Amino acid sequence: MSVLVIAEHDNSQVSPGTLNTVTAASKIGGDVHILVAGSACADVASQCAKIAGVSKVLCADDDSYKNEITENVAALVKTQVGDYGHVMAPASTFGKALIPYVAAQCDVQAISDISDIVSDDTFVRPIYAGNALETVQSADAVKMMTVRTTAFELADAESGSAEVTNIDQAGATDWVQFVAQNLSQSERPELTSARIVVSGGRGMQNGENFAMLEKLADNLGGAVGASRAAVDAGFVPNDYQVGQTGKVVAPDVYLAIGISGAIQHLAGMKDSKVIVAINNDEEAPIFQVSDYGWNEDLFTAVPALQAELEK
Amino acid sequence: MKILVPVKRVIDANIRVRVKADNTGVETANVKMAMNPFCEIAVEEALRLKEAGHAEEVIIVSAGPEKAAETIRTGLAMGADRGVHVQTDDRLEPLTIAKIIKAVSDKEGCDLVVLGKQSIDDDNNQTGQMLAALMERPLGSYISKIEKNDNGFAITREIDAGLEDLQISSPAVVTADLRLNEPRYASLPNIMKAKKKPIDAMSPADLGVEVSNRLTVVKVDEPPAREAGVMVSGAEELVDKLKNDAKVI
Ligand SMILES: Cc1cc2nc3c(=O)[nH]c(=O)nc-3n(C[C@H](O)[C@H](O)[C@H](O)COP(=O)(O)OP(=O)(O)OC[C@H]3O[C@@H](n4cnc5c(N)ncnc54)[C@H](O)[C@@H]3O)c2cc1C
Repeated sequence: MSVLVIAEHDNSQVSPGTLNTVTAASKIGGDVHILVAGSACADVASQCAKIAGVSKVLCADDDSYKNEITENVAALVKTQVGDYGHVMAPASTFGKALIPYVAAQCDVQAISDISDIVSDDTFVRPIYAGNALETVQSADAVKMMTVRTTAFELADAESGSAEVTNIDQAGATDWVQFVAQNLSQSERPELTSARIVVSGGRGMQNGENFAMLEKLADNLGGAVGASRAAVDAGFVPNDYQVGQTGKVVAPDVYLAIGISGAIQHLAGMKDSKVIVAINNDEEAPIFQVSDYGWNEDLFTAVPALQAELEK
Repeated sequence: MKILVPVKRVIDANIRVRVKADNTGVETANVKMAMNPFCEIAVEEALRLKEAGHAEEVIIVSAGPEKAAETIRTGLAMGADRGVHVQTDDRLEPLTIAKIIKAVSDKEGCDLVVLGKQSIDDDNNQTGQMLAALMERPLGSYISKIEKNDNGFAITREIDAGLEDLQISSPAVVTADLRLNEPRYASLPNIMKAKKKPIDAMSPADLGVEVSNRLTVVKVDEPPAREAGVMVSGAEELVDKLKNDAKVI
């Protein structure tokens, strides 16, 4: 039995989450194949061919896959499911929309956000904002799942040598018209795969003050994240949100600045290697999970930290 | 247009959930329950579409045990017109729930189904996508904006890289993200009025849906606990610890 991984990409670059997903796929045993659905995506296919552990790349290069419309990618995946024992995608907004859609078309009960693999039919996944870990065994002939990317290492992106096979487009929906994308532009590393994340919460007071955190992140080579409260208040865009219903991150260092540490926020960052919290409320729950807590006004602490790093 | 809003009864978001000692699930006895927050957002959006003159009726549906009727009542108190309660004590997986919702939507002739993007208990984030696939209707997942227009709906989606605008045809299935709206509180007069609104009760079998689970819950464990570390009193100490103790910068 082989595993089919659905690549996530922007038509030029395969996402780091795809590399984590390949690692998860390799743990199942059997061959790992990757499906690339994109437009002018030959570069992505060759990057996928170099991922360690991948033995075959299927590439469907067509205009209809340019914007990852769920319906179109799902139609393609459905034609490829065939004899695969498992279909996997990263638990990003792309994968989370796609996998259940394909699963329902195939009458399969999908498994969301797996964080561990017990055997080829048994998986662990966080539930209740990570307050519990559920182990489930699937009776479906094909297992379809999304993968919590922070729970698996990145597969080596250079040592593989798989063949690339071009496959046909599988029909496009006329129900859904792409209009526009309004993407956050940043030179910083991508939030979910950054080694260092500097996050701000409601305590930041406004969007302008996030400039302090950006400076700190740039100094450390990190990404900037936020709590839901900071996003809801309009300080930063939605794609900064870390948490149960935002992004899950597990960097080497997570700095939580002016963030109280609500369970929904912790759900997205508590697997970070080192957690640093800066908060002027000594009772803030974030201190209960942080390795280094600093009970200080952030408007004093952040500039001081910046100055110390610049020394 | 008729709008269907599926809702789920879950442990209140402010409750600290505990794993049962026998590892079969989480403690639910005597725990405060509430409508899943994303479902509240879905109800609110349906009501706004109705108030803007785009819909004649908002129907709330919930599948679950007797108490799920309370959650339907919450939706009615917010302003929805009537409820459908698909009663069962069985554990329901998203695929089955999607089949139930499809059957109700088909029966009622709904043009739009608005769901929450995920429920905060199982954190599955599946039902809306499955429903769209089963109904063969366009999917608008994770929306932060929806506008009715001549060609269906103009939606904005919250995606990992930012925002995406799509035009989808009608009838459709959409799932609500956090920024879609801020749900209203039910006023006391509306809570009273909701008591008189009809809730139709039926079983999954009445809808021709068989409850057949594909997943067996082997066990539910407590996650490894994270220990609190040390407090620092200044930038120099913090940077020193990060550099020399943790060796992460
Ligand atoms: C369905 C649902 C889903 C959710 N999903 C998410 C999610 O994905 N991610 C998420 O983050 N939240 C989520 N939440 C919200 C969560 O419950 C909290 O409301 C949110 O995380 C709080 O954000 P915060 O810590 O920034 O704000 P607050 O809780 O208001 O905390 C602000 C903190 O800043 C500190 N502070 C203020 N001023 C200063 C200062 N000058 N110096 C230092 N410290 C200061 C305060 O002491 C306080 O601890 C969700 C909630 C629900 C119901």
